[in-house]
Amino acid sequence: MVGNFRSRLLQMHSPRGWLLVLGVATLLLGVLPLFNGVVPRSSSLHIPDYLIPLFGKFLCFGLSALAVDLIWGFAGILSLGHGLFFALGGYAMGMYLMRSIAGEGVYRSTLPDFMVFLDWKELPWYWRGFDHFPYAMAAALLGPGLLAFVFGYFAFRSKIKGVYFSIVTQALTYAAMLLFFQNAAGFGGNNGLTDFKRILGCPLQSPSTRLALYVASGLALLLGYLACRYLVTSKLGRVLTAVRDAELKVRFCGYESTHYKLFVWTFSAVLCALAGALYVPQVGIINPSEMQPSNSIEMAIWVAVGGRGSLSGAVLGAWLINGGKSWLTAAFPSAWLYVLGASFIVVTLFLPRGLAGAWAKLAERWRR
Amino acid sequence: MRDRLHRRERPGWRRWLLLEAALMAVVGVECPVRAARAQAAGSLEEVLRGLAAPDADEVTRTLERLAIRGDAAAVPAIEALCDDRLMVGADGAIFLHASRERQLRNPISGQVLIPQPTGAHEVEVNNEIRRVAMPVLAEIELHSPSESVRLTAAQALADRVGDEGAAKIRAALERETSPKVREALTLVLARFDLNSSDPARQLAGLEVANKLGTPALKAELIRLASSASSPDPRVRKEAEGALAAVENRQRLVDMVAALFHGVSLGSILLLAALGLAVTFGLLGVINMAHGEMLMLGAYATYTVQMVFERWFPGAVRFYLLAAIPLAFAVTTLAGVVLERTVIRFLYGRPLETLLATWGISLGLIQTVRLIFGAQNVAVANPVWLRGGVEVAHGLVLPYNRIAVIGFAAVVTLGVWALLQRTRLGLQVRAVTQNRSMAACLGISTDRIDMWMFGLGSGIAGLGGVALSQLGNVGPELGQSYIIDSFMVVVVGGVGRLAGSIAASLGLGLVNEILEPFTGAVLGKIAVLVLIILFIQRRPQGLFSLRGRIEA
Repeated sequence: MVGNFRSRLLQMHSPRGWLLVLGVATLLLGVLPLFNGVVPRSSSLHIPDYLIPLFGKFLCFGLSALAVDLIWGFAGILSLGHGLFFALGGYAMGMYLMRSIAGEGVYRSTLPDFMVFLDWKELPWYWRGFDHFPYAMAAALLGPGLLAFVFGYFAFRSKIKGVYFSIVTQALTYAAMLLFFQNAAGFGGNNGLTDFKRILGCPLQSPSTRLALYVASGLALLLGYLACRYLVTSKLGRVLTAVRDAELKVRFCGYESTHYKLFVWTFSAVLCALAGALYVPQVGIINPSEMQPSNSIEMAIWVAVGGRGSLSGAVLGAWLINGGKSWLTAAFPSAWLYVLGASFIVVTLFLPRGLAGAWAKLAERWRR
Repeated sequence: MRDRLHRRERPGWRRWLLLEAALMAVVGVECPVRAARAQAAGSLEEVLRGLAAPDADEVTRTLERLAIRGDAAAVPAIEALCDDRLMVGADGAIFLHASRERQLRNPISGQVLIPQPTGAHEVEVNNEIRRVAMPVLAEIELHSPSESVRLTAAQALADRVGDEGAAKIRAALERETSPKVREALTLVLARFDLNSSDPARQLAGLEVANKLGTPALKAELIRLASSASSPDPRVRKEAEGALAAVENRQRLVDMVAALFHGVSLGSILLLAALGLAVTFGLLGVINMAHGEMLMLGAYATYTVQMVFERWFPGAVRFYLLAAIPLAFAVTTLAGVVLERTVIRFLYGRPLETLLATWGISLGLIQTVRLIFGAQNVAVANPVWLRGGVEVAHGLVLPYNRIAVIGFAAVVTLGVWALLQRTRLGLQVRAVTQNRSMAACLGISTDRIDMWMFGLGSGIAGLGGVALSQLGNVGPELGQSYIIDSFMVVVVGGVGRLAGSIAASLGLGLVNEILEPFTGAVLGKIAVLVLIILFIQRRPQGLFSLRGRIEA
């Protein structure tokens, strides 16, 4: 039994790989919080508070990159709609945060401010229950999951694949964005949901809450990574890879490829929704622009830069691109889009396996 | 409010100049009576000075004097007065400037004064003066020899008629010969009757309203149909009947208008999707930068317009004719460069192509933003595309939309002819059907790929020219069309013109027809759901080529 477990672990990673994962996890989840929370402010080693939500954001992006890589890198499905799942998870969290400040808005009403503004008298049915954190979390994960399941069921059943699938997911996201822009949809229209104050009773502005959210994001990323790793090294993962490379042959071998795709598609959507739910309390706002087609495409480029089919590469790619974005948009605002655009082109032309692929190649040459 | 109404009817300087040019042309044949009247009261320029008098009563008297003169040359100055564009110099001479520019002009000829007088300040007007000025303006214009001016004046009067105006309008109606203007004047009188409290007059007004069937009187009809405001049951019944007729008619008009809009939207989509469908069918790649070709085409149009305005102001009206080949050339070139430098290395990897071309589109958007600015730029319709043809009451088909539909038809026909009637087209079809076999037969597939990619981009560029005539031109223009044009490709299937035509017109129509019932957004979502359901039945699109190797 123990031996089984051990060999399964070794299937997921070599001992050195485990060491690396452990190292990065310790750094992110142990050392970094320590340097923020315990090391005194006066010390030069202290990590300033304002960086914590930024890093937390990166962790969430890393998680959504994992989700995109899982289906793109391992099942060959390029989704241009993961921004939708990310935003839906975020909206569910945002709805909880809005409900938790009921009565403290500008109008002192039990309804969120924008509803008062629209002259609504009572909460729409889909807002009910969001006062409770567990319900909201369940909705954040199951709502997008259900949407992904239904959409995937129809799409995979009718064998929509390749660019067709990408385009249809993009259109879905676009339509959802238009819907959420509507005031009548009941999600705050243009402005979205914002002015959050506290989560589970803890004030969102306080450094300790922020640190806790950061750690939660880090844990989610770690668990998400391990789950994905487990998945892709399992038998199911191998079937998926086979589907990616030769779907027709897999079907002829007696596997119903649709089921495999549907499962991993839904799982990926849930991962992405989790990332969105963790993202919102750290940035303090969720609005429909998160569903812009460009956001979803950016997620794909994180994965492409990091390395399609390499989970750690995808996370790295997300950090790299977003780090670059944070720095460049401040330092050279007009250059950022060029850099982003160029990275799309350079990676597809010269680094088809991304940085992870390039690294593997280099390492091999070095070993020789 | 009055002021705004006025401005809406007469939007700008250019229209004003035209109108004035028409007036100037007839000065030579002015009737002797009017000339005599003009002489009796001193030169027009002197009378006009009274408009800048500090005393409001004096201004009113001047306006009355101008009304008696009935000289159309005073119109620009009165209009300027109402729009706060009238200036007065230190010596009492008056000038005006066109809206949004500060150059002073002669109040009668409209010519820019050189040198510009200094020390001029704006003439203060209050709403009371505007109230007096409006009917004066309309009255002068009702005497104008130009039919279009009289029509505008009559329509302007339709929104505001007082008791004292009715008699003048009746007089104008009697000498009027143009049916259009007669109708406009009749409408004004009908409204006047409907607004009176005398049931007999109301009934007479209702009869006219019934005959006209125009929605312009709807507010009055609604009021008369309600029991609170009209005690007479006969009036109420008549009003209800008239109202129902008007509403039915309006529904019909709205529907036809929606259909027309749908077709014109569909034509743009068609131009956007044609190139996409051809390249997708031939090369198997999705070009996310295709929307940016629309944008480039529109900006090329803008550039041509600027060049013409700057260096060939006399030929501005023909700028569009020059823009069409230029936009086509620019976007074709962009497409060829794109294909040679990026796309050709990615054949067989559609998903990567999708990302790479997205990167290209980002670069193009940013470049255009840096050159032209992030704001929308204004591309004006040339004179001959302004206005529209009124097919029925309230149903105006704008010339620019008609032109866009015709343009799309011509371009589609051209593409069809190219594909079906030329050697290149034959080769393209061969490569689309079976690339390796075509290559074996000596077709240079590489060259075909390059030219077809260029051609696809060029068609999109032409779409951009068309688009610039309908709406705003901004750096993000392409992004809003790309998703719709993908939908066209998905529904229409690839490599078939008929599929693209049917799908784009269908999408345009469905969009416009659903919109009134569900709102624009739900309409879009409904279209998407329809498409997903549609793909369930026909994964290869409407008119797909049957292939054997397709998995």
